[in-house]
Amino acid sequence: MRIGFYICHCGTNIAGTIDAAAVRDFAAELPGVAVSRDYKYMCSDPGQEMIVQDIRDNKLDRLVVAACSPSLHEETFRKAAAKGGMNSFFFQMVNIREHNAWVHEDKAAATQKAKDQVRAAITRVRFHKALEKKSVPVNANVLVVGGGIAGIHAALTLANAGKTVTLVERDSTIGGHMALFDKTFPTLDCAACILTPKMSAVKNHPNITLWTYSEVSKVEGYVGNYKVTVKRKTRYIKEDLCVGCLDCIEACVFKEPKFRDDFNQGLSKRKPVYMSFPQATPKLVTIDPETCIQLKTGKCRKSCAEACDRKAIDFELKDEMKELEVGAIILATGFSAFDPKRHAYYGYGRYPNVYSALEVERLVNASGPTNGEVVLRDGKHPKAIGIIHCVGSRDEHTNKWCSRVCCMYSLKLAHLLKEHTGAEIYDFYIDMRTPGKTYEEFYDRLLQEGVHFIRGRVAEVNDWAMTPEEEGKLVIRVEDTLAGFVRRIPVDMVVLSQGLEARKDAGDVRRLFNIGCGTEGFFQERHPKLAPVSTFADGIFIAGACQGPKDIPDTVAQAGAAAAEALALVDAGHVELEPNTSHVVEEECCGCKSCVPLCPYSAISFDEAKKKASINEVLCKGCGVCAAACPSGSIRQNLFEDEELFGEIEGVLS
Amino acid sequence: MKYLYYPGCSLKGSGKAYEESLLAVFRALGVPLAELDDWNCCGATAYMSVEETKSYALAARNLAIAEREGLDVIAPCSACYLVLNKTQHALQENAGIRSRVSGALGAAGLSYQGHVRVRHPLDVLINDIGLDAVKKKIVNPLKGRRFAPYYGCQLVRPYSTFDDPVNPVTMDKLVAAAGAECVEYPLKTRCCGGSLTGTVPEVGQRLSYILIKEAMKRKAEAIVTVCPLCQFNLDGYQDQISSRFSEVRLPIVYFTQVLGLAMGLPSGQLGIHRGIIDAGAVLTAR
Repeated sequence: MRIGFYICHCGTNIAGTIDAAAVRDFAAELPGVAVSRDYKYMCSDPGQEMIVQDIRDNKLDRLVVAACSPSLHEETFRKAAAKGGMNSFFFQMVNIREHNAWVHEDKAAATQKAKDQVRAAITRVRFHKALEKKSVPVNANVLVVGGGIAGIHAALTLANAGKTVTLVERDSTIGGHMALFDKTFPTLDCAACILTPKMSAVKNHPNITLWTYSEVSKVEGYVGNYKVTVKRKTRYIKEDLCVGCLDCIEACVFKEPKFRDDFNQGLSKRKPVYMSFPQATPKLVTIDPETCIQLKTGKCRKSCAEACDRKAIDFELKDEMKELEVGAIILATGFSAFDPKRHAYYGYGRYPNVYSALEVERLVNASGPTNGEVVLRDGKHPKAIGIIHCVGSRDEHTNKWCSRVCCMYSLKLAHLLKEHTGAEIYDFYIDMRTPGKTYEEFYDRLLQEGVHFIRGRVAEVNDWAMTPEEEGKLVIRVEDTLAGFVRRIPVDMVVLSQGLEARKDAGDVRRLFNIGCGTEGFFQERHPKLAPVSTFADGIFIAGACQGPKDIPDTVAQAGAAAAEALALVDAGHVELEPNTSHVVEEECCGCKSCVPLCPYSAISFDEAKKKASINEVLCKGCGVCAAACPSGSIRQNLFEDEELFGEIEGVLS
Repeated sequence: MKYLYYPGCSLKGSGKAYEESLLAVFRALGVPLAELDDWNCCGATAYMSVEETKSYALAARNLAIAEREGLDVIAPCSACYLVLNKTQHALQENAGIRSRVSGALGAAGLSYQGHVRVRHPLDVLINDIGLDAVKKKIVNPLKGRRFAPYYGCQLVRPYSTFDDPVNPVTMDKLVAAAGAECVEYPLKTRCCGGSLTGTVPEVGQRLSYILIKEAMKRKAEAIVTVCPLCQFNLDGYQDQISSRFSEVRLPIVYFTQVLGLAMGLPSGQLGIHRGIIDAGAVLTAR
C-alpha cells in the first residue's frame, strides 16, 4: 500500500495553531505512507496538481488530506484523486481546521490532537474500497413553496426558462407581505403597481400551476426525484366556475362584516365568505369554515349559494390530496412579524392608539380599511406620532438580531404618515441602519422633511401624565443619548416597528423538507457566503425571508439565485448520488425486519418470498441507522464498514 | 405547609397593620407562620452601600437561623425580600463574599449552606396555597369596588421569579378573588419615592403624587400595596402632597387587609383603623 499524505496550512487558519511540519514528519513515519507533504493552500490549483503528480509519479493508491471540513473540500480532493488515476473513494479527509485549529489555543496540544486525527485516517484509509457514484435521472419540474414576492419571482424565472413549475401557497391568495404595503422604500414605488402584474403573470403563465389555499403535507424521495403530497384545502367554491364577482359576499346572511379581517391586520371586519383584497390572485372567493354558519351548524339559508348564478358554491366539497413529482424544490415561506404584545413596556394591546407597523401599512394604504385616511381607533386624527424602532430586534429579552428592514420601513412610514396627517413625527432609533443603494439618501430626505429623530431605546409608552400637557396623551419615555438626558414626549399615536422572525411553524417545515434551522429559527443555508440559497438537503433551495430578514430587492435577488440553482440542477438531466449507502448481505440476513421501520427514508423493503430485507440504494441517504441496528450485522454501509471504523478508532487511540 | 415568618422592622412598627392582617389571613387559611427566632434587621438598602461584607453578614445571619428549621422564609416587606434574596444571590455567585460572610457567621457559631428559599406572601398565596383555596374562603366579596394594584419597585425586580417584572399580576388575581375590580394601572411598578420622601421631600412627594393622582383619575377607590414603605409614603403625606401639587385623597391599604375583609375577618384584627386616610368606607361591598 502506498499512501500519500498532505497537510494544508490554510494560510494561518490551521498553521497558526498546528505545527504542520511536525504533523507532516509524524505522518511520514507511519506504515504505508509513501509521500508526506505540507502546503500553504492544498485546495489551490498548485496544491491539487501536487497530489495528481504524486499519484502518477509515486504510484500512490491511497490519499489522506488533513485540511478543512469535508463539506467544503472533500469533493475537490476526490476530483484530484480521480484526475491522478485513483478511485476517488480511496481518499479520506481529516478536518483539522473546524475540529481542531479553530477551537483550540494550546499549540502543542492541538498539534498532538492533529497527529491522532491523522493516524486515525491513515489507518482507516487502508480498508477503503473502490466505489462508484450512481447517476440517476432528474425530473425537470420544480416545486416552489410560498407565494410571496420570493416565490413569485422564482416561479416566473423558472417558468420563463421553460420549466414546469407548481407554486403552492398556504393563503387564499399569492402576494405575501408585499401585498399589504402601500409604498416601498426608498423609491416610494407603489407596491401594488409593481407586484400585481407579477401576480397575474403567475396566474396566466402556461408553465405554472398555481395552488393556493394549499399546503405541502409530505415529501419523499431524493434530489432530482422528489415525490410531494400537497393538501389542497377546499374553499367550498368550484374554482373553475367562480369568476370573483363577489355577489355571494353581498348576499351572505351576515349583513355586516363581523369577523376579523386578517389581511387588514384586524383593523376591519370581513364576512365568512371573503376575498382578501380586490387584486387577490387567483380571483376567487373563499368560505371560512370557522365562521360560516352553514359549515358550522348546517343550518343556514345559504343565500350566498342562491346568489351565485354560476352555481360555484358547494358546501359538500372536501379537501384533496394531490401528488407531484419534481426534481427540485424552492422554499420561499417568508417570515412572521414580531408580536409587539411580547414587549409589555410599549403598551400594545393595552392602549388602543399603539399600532404595529403592519397595521400602519394598512392604515396608510389607499386600498386599506380607511382608504388611506389615518384615523385612530378612538376616531381622532393624530397631531403627534412616535415611531419606535427595534421592537423585537436587537433585544436580549426577545430577538437578538437586527431585522435589517425596520429602519428603512420606519423612515418610509414616517414620510407617509407626515404626508397623510401633517403631524409632528418623532422617530426613536438605536442606530440608523441604511445599508442599501440610495437608502442613506432617503434618510437624508426625511431629515430635510423635518422628522424629529431621537437616538435612544424607548423605555416605555404609558398614559399617565406628569404635566397638564401630557394629560390624555400617550407618553414616550426615552433617554435621548445625543442630548444626554431623559425625555418624555407626549403623542397621539405610537407605531411599533416590529422585527422579523421565523414563522411559528418553521420547525415543522424544516423537518418536512429535512433541512436545518439556525439558532434564531430561520432556515439554514449550506454556506453563508458560497452557497447562500442551497441547503444541506440536495435539490432543496431557500429564498427570501425564510432564510433571514431581508428587504424586497434582496429577496428578489435571492429568489433569482435559487431559481438559477434549481435550473442548473434540473437542466443537467441527471445527478450523481453519494455511494455511502447501505446494502444487505443476503446470506447473513435473518429476516427479522427490525431495520424496516427504522429507516427514516423508507428505503428498506422486505422481500416476503426470500424472507430478506432489501435496501433501495437510490432512496438510502447513508444515515447508518439500519447498519447500527441490524442484530446479525448483515447490513453494511459503504465508507462505514466495520474494519474502516475500527481502523479509525484504533488509529486515534494508539 | 408551614413557613417561617420574617417580619423585619417595618412590620413591627409603621407596618403593624400589614403584620396583623397577614397573620390573620394565613391563620384563616390554616397555614401556620412561625416567627423566625432571634431575627435581626435585614440591613435594608442603606447599609448595603456603606459596608458590603457586614451588610451581607447581617442578612445572612437570618438565613443561617432559618436554615436550621428547614422551612421557606416568608418576607412580606419588599425591602427585606429584596435584601435577603440579594444576599442569597451574592453568596451563591461570589466566592469572596461567601467566604467572608461564612467567617463572620462562624464567629457567632453559625453556618449557612444556601438552602433557604426566601418567598413573598403573594408567591405563597398564588403558587403554594392556590387561588382556589383562597376563593373558597371569600364570604364577603367586595363587589363594586375598584382598586389600583400597586407593587412598587423592589418586589418584582430584579430577583423575583414568581411574577412578571414589567406587568406583575399576582396581586391583581387576589384582589379579583376578593370580589373587587382592578383598574388598569400601568404605574404598578413605579417608584413611590422611597427614602427620598424623608430626605428630599419635593422629589419623593412628586413621585407619590403621580401614583395617587393617576389612581384617582382611573377611578380607583384605594391603592392596594404589598410594601410597608410604599404604604407609608402614599398614606402619610397626602396633606403635604395636596398643598404642594393638587388635591389628592385616597386610602392606601395592604392586599392582606383587602383579602381579610373579604374573608369575613373582623376589621380590628386587620389593622384597618391604623391608616391615616380612612379606608373602612371603601373596604366593603358597595
